[in-house]
Amino acid sequence: MQSEVLTNSPDERFDDAVVATLVGFSVAWAILAMAVGVYLSAELIWSWLDFGQPWLSFGRLRPVHTTGVIFGFGISALMATAFYSVQRTSHIRLFMPRLAWFCCYGWQVLMVLGLWSLMAGWTSTKEYAELEWPFDIAIAILWVSFGIVFFGTIAKRRIRPIYISNWFYGGLIIVITMIHIVNSLAIPVGLSKSYSIYAGAQDAVVQWWYGHNAVGFLLTGGFLGMLYYFLPKQANQPLWSYRLSILAFWAFTYTYIWAGPHHLHYSAIPEWVQSLAVVMSLILLAPSWATLINGVMTVSKAWEKLRVDPALKFIVLSLAFYGLATFEGPMMAIRSVNVISHFTDWTVGHVHSGALGWNAMITYGTFYFLVPRLFNCELYSTRLANIHFWLALGGTMLYILAMWAAGVSQGLLWLSVDEIGELQFSFKDIMASMAPYYGLRLVAGMIFLGGTVLMAWNLFMTMRSGVIVDRYPARVESEFAMGSAVRMPS
Amino acid sequence: MNGLTLHQKLENHAGLLIFGIVVVAAMGGLVQVLPSIFQESLAEASENVRPYTAVELAGRDLYIREGCHVCHTQQIRPLVAEVERYGPYSRAGEFVYDRPFLWGSKRTGPDLHRVGGRYTDIWHEVHLIDPRAVVPDSIMPAYPWLAERQLETGDIAARMRALQTLGHPYTEEEIAGAEAALEGLREIDALIVYLQMLGTSIPEEVYP
Repeated sequence: MQSEVLTNSPDERFDDAVVATLVGFSVAWAILAMAVGVYLSAELIWSWLDFGQPWLSFGRLRPVHTTGVIFGFGISALMATAFYSVQRTSHIRLFMPRLAWFCCYGWQVLMVLGLWSLMAGWTSTKEYAELEWPFDIAIAILWVSFGIVFFGTIAKRRIRPIYISNWFYGGLIIVITMIHIVNSLAIPVGLSKSYSIYAGAQDAVVQWWYGHNAVGFLLTGGFLGMLYYFLPKQANQPLWSYRLSILAFWAFTYTYIWAGPHHLHYSAIPEWVQSLAVVMSLILLAPSWATLINGVMTVSKAWEKLRVDPALKFIVLSLAFYGLATFEGPMMAIRSVNVISHFTDWTVGHVHSGALGWNAMITYGTFYFLVPRLFNCELYSTRLANIHFWLALGGTMLYILAMWAAGVSQGLLWLSVDEIGELQFSFKDIMASMAPYYGLRLVAGMIFLGGTVLMAWNLFMTMRSGVIVDRYPARVESEFAMGSAVRMPS
Repeated sequence: MNGLTLHQKLENHAGLLIFGIVVVAAMGGLVQVLPSIFQESLAEASENVRPYTAVELAGRDLYIREGCHVCHTQQIRPLVAEVERYGPYSRAGEFVYDRPFLWGSKRTGPDLHRVGGRYTDIWHEVHLIDPRAVVPDSIMPAYPWLAERQLETGDIAARMRALQTLGHPYTEEEIAGAEAALEGLREIDALIVYLQMLGTSIPEEVYP
């Protein structure tokens, strides 16, 4: 690798320390936020577990779990991998590295204060956007800074084509900026409270335009950026079809935005908005699975690596769950399925097949790949990583199965009426029968969390055994060279 | 110029790529979300629907602070079983003073859109302090602190003023008298007042 560098002037070395720092924060948030999730699932079994403390109460702690996972674990991982891959694919170090450090630490400070504020009862109530207005402004500033570093690096790149992973990271930055700002518009009253500028049904339409596309462009699109860079790297194979990846990108970006109102089926929003969302949700299956096919075909020439490389195992499994979740989503968007799944634990199961099976697994695989490379050493223990793999798979499967069973029975029992049209079951009886499923879910969460703790130990020991080495931009073929690469001898 | 060479331009220019993403991603929002924001019928109050009184608003903000919406929806679907269980299905016109909307996305507890008037005040008080005292199998958390804390009156006028800016028709007298209306109440009192008015603007005899 070192022999093919474009330049090894000290000023040109990649900014990898910020990547390593973000990886560390991401793992820390994963453990913390998943532990909160486990605690919440225990509260649903033993309601006294909040010990009469408002800040431990389920209603306040639930957004701590979701915000911690999505914004703490997820965004830290996305920033880390975006900074890592944009330097490699642009053949140049980061634009404004100090701003990258500002994003790194600023984001962590924001998360600490933000989670504290949620426990104090500050909330906008909007799902996945619960943080109150002072944090919304801070998010916007940090997000734009992230965009400046990222697009600045692309602007001064030394290779003409912009690699596909950067498009997905770019989509993440642009679309999240757009939906975050529009959805967060509110009139503040003091530091801890604000009133949405939208009301009622209109507020609902705006919120689920946001909520659905936070899932779309952050949890799906952002992590697809990770997939498109790290899967070919890890399999050591070129992407199966570059053309298909481009097609999938535009179809994905266009279609996803329309699907939000399927979160509001049978509600008081206009029917045409709901119907349009169903159609677009079904169409979305095509670009989603185009990426799935592209990914599987890329690995298909390197199946034998799966036996020995735990990192690749995680990434391939994440693809399987990606395929499952992106199939289940459109199905749940169909009104006749949604009538059963809506408001039930099925939704919770669906979200976790995405969050655990897809987001967490691909991140874990990427970290197992990234940390030994950054620190120029071997992974501390492949055996521990393999154990982690089975814990992650087992935990996720148990979680999803428990929530499917719980959700489908809730949906059917709520709706069941006898031959003269009387309700057959009371709400409290239905919910009282959920205890076994909630117990299984608690076990599943603990298994998954246990695996994550193992990974943290493994990565920590790996980091300790190596040092971050200087890496330099690789040589660029002269026909693709641009910018300062043109003047450099290759 | 065929599609591929056109696309090569996008692939090679960061600015064009950004522009392309913005245009493609904005389309859905422009066609689907924007009309809803400006659709007047969605912002028109149903008959009998009025802005929240000072006490109701304080109660609603407590409902938000404690995250009640995390486990309780306020949205009854137009389905036989739902209407039987919870009452007349929800109409857009009932929510025009809801900032933010509290429809929720998960029913770990029952829907509350028409809970108003279903139970007595004292039932609510006992239930909030210790849910298992009245519903033995309930997994709802207890909220004892609501009965111990006095309602904060300080910024209620500012809150109503903010909502007035957004178009809620509060009179000057209502805003001036807001602080006095909250005087001496505990948090639990305001929350119960809010719960008791939920969904009551539509009489059950009139609508399905």
